[in-house]
Amino acid sequence: MKGRRAATTLGLRYAGAIAVTIVFLFPIYWLFIISFKTPDEIFAFPPVWWPANIQFANYAVLFKDGDVVAVWNSLVIAGSSTVLAMFFGTLAAYSLVRFRTGGDDLAIWIISQRMIPPIVIVFPIFLLYVWLGGVDTYWGLVLLYTAFNLPYVIWMMRGYIADIPIELEESALVDGCSRWQVLMGVVFPMARAGLFATAVFTFVFAWNDFIFALVLTRTEVVTYPVQVTHYFGGQSNFWAKIAAMSVLGTVPVFIAVAMLQRYLVRGISMGAVKG
Amino acid sequence: MTLQLAAGRRRASASGPFLDRNFKYVIVAPAILVLLLVGLFPLIYSLVVSFQGVTMMEADTSFQGLKNYAALFDDLRLWQSLAHTLILTAVALPIELVLGLLLAHLFLEKMPGRAIFIALLTLPTMISPIVSGATWRLLFDHHFGPVNQIIAWFAGHQVPIIWLLNPNTVYPAILVCEIWQWTPFMFLILLAALSNVDKSLLEAAELDGAAYRTVFRRIVLPAIWPVMSVALLIRGLDLFRIFDIIWALTRGGPGTMTETISVYTYLQGFEQFEISYAAAIAFLVIFLLTAVVMILLKRTGIAR
Repeated sequence: MKGRRAATTLGLRYAGAIAVTIVFLFPIYWLFIISFKTPDEIFAFPPVWWPANIQFANYAVLFKDGDVVAVWNSLVIAGSSTVLAMFFGTLAAYSLVRFRTGGDDLAIWIISQRMIPPIVIVFPIFLLYVWLGGVDTYWGLVLLYTAFNLPYVIWMMRGYIADIPIELEESALVDGCSRWQVLMGVVFPMARAGLFATAVFTFVFAWNDFIFALVLTRTEVVTYPVQVTHYFGGQSNFWAKIAAMSVLGTVPVFIAVAMLQRYLVRGISMGAVKG
Repeated sequence: MTLQLAAGRRRASASGPFLDRNFKYVIVAPAILVLLLVGLFPLIYSLVVSFQGVTMMEADTSFQGLKNYAALFDDLRLWQSLAHTLILTAVALPIELVLGLLLAHLFLEKMPGRAIFIALLTLPTMISPIVSGATWRLLFDHHFGPVNQIIAWFAGHQVPIIWLLNPNTVYPAILVCEIWQWTPFMFLILLAALSNVDKSLLEAAELDGAAYRTVFRRIVLPAIWPVMSVALLIRGLDLFRIFDIIWALTRGGPGTMTETISVYTYLQGFEQFEISYAAAIAFLVIFLLTAVVMILLKRTGIAR
């Protein structure tokens, strides 16, 4: 009796799981499928649920016109800022955890930086960048995203570093390693899982940002979300380009998620608990 | 190899004293410097500007007192944008919480393929909000979008709803997009929190014949409250500064119907070039946010 009931519940749970997944993935399906349609099919009524021929013309246009450089810009900017934020953030987190540098006050000041709405600081940063020559440059956005992600990295890595047994570091010190060698040889490798999980989110934040990039780019380092909005028009939207550019910008994130999927739940929940 | 390593060590300790003595400050300094430069400095600068009269036309840096702040009170469009923001937050947050809880319960127990389902459900959250907005614009298009078509199947006749231009449907459309994107975030956090609830307590309660409603209120909710309240705080703060989705879907329109506080601030600063006034709005936002967060932290004890 009990076995049959369990089987029925399992069946119901599968039905629920599949239904929910279809609902949540349908918009993504629609975005992808639009990017492979011909203009006739995009503007067809009633809508075309599956194109007659999968064609890559919409992507070819983006490559031919050089629009894909926006994806490259995003890659350079999000990639560099992630490396910098992870490096300096982990160092700072180590100092906060092992030496209690600055006590609780410093830690709280750091996380409070993350609560400031972007719209509040984007204008003064714009003026600062006009003065420093940082508008429409790689380093301008890299510096900004590094700063924006540092509080998140520091708070996440605090948790992961606190989990490392201190004895390992002490024995390395006794063996004659410098503090620096302990960091590189013991702390970073031990916190590897945490580093990956944090890095994914740091990358995704920088990759997906719109408002900073909207204000601080012009033509040279336009990132892909800003490029997508360039195709918005009053009456005629270039839906083929919007869809294709969106897909180009979304696929790298999906690949990152797929590769690091086992760290994600811990990454998100720790981010929530600690930061 | 061994020799090289030993040499390296000796060199490290030779340059060591300063680094070793100040090690904890040396490694924390770069992060602090970056945060001061890109975080604190603009904030202070912005505060100064909010007391001046800077516009596109003139860089009037003379002290204007509270002129910009006083003007806030007469700005109907500002208070409307604040109301729009609060409405969106007040409606989206509970829905995301409840849907997230339901989803978390659905996937709480082990079942084959569970990890794949969870990974697929995270995808909306990973997409850039500007792309989410663009995607839902495609879906809501009154002519070639599938939303009207799906409704037509159920209604039995065509429905020409112009979602994003109709005052009655533009908010539901924005909410659907927002909820679609962020419910998975809520779901993942709550799933992790629920997984950590002590199973033996639940089994004991089940043996006593307690209804799940009671078990949830007495055991589960208190156990997940610390995590859940932080999740609500994070999403609440995010909703309060909602910008990208609105920008992609409506740009604040039709008219100014869906202008949120972030959209309005952006338009004042970057399209009207009322720079000092935009800075004053920004500080109103900071003031409101700080007040709300302080009250919440006291009430819920998140700060521990």
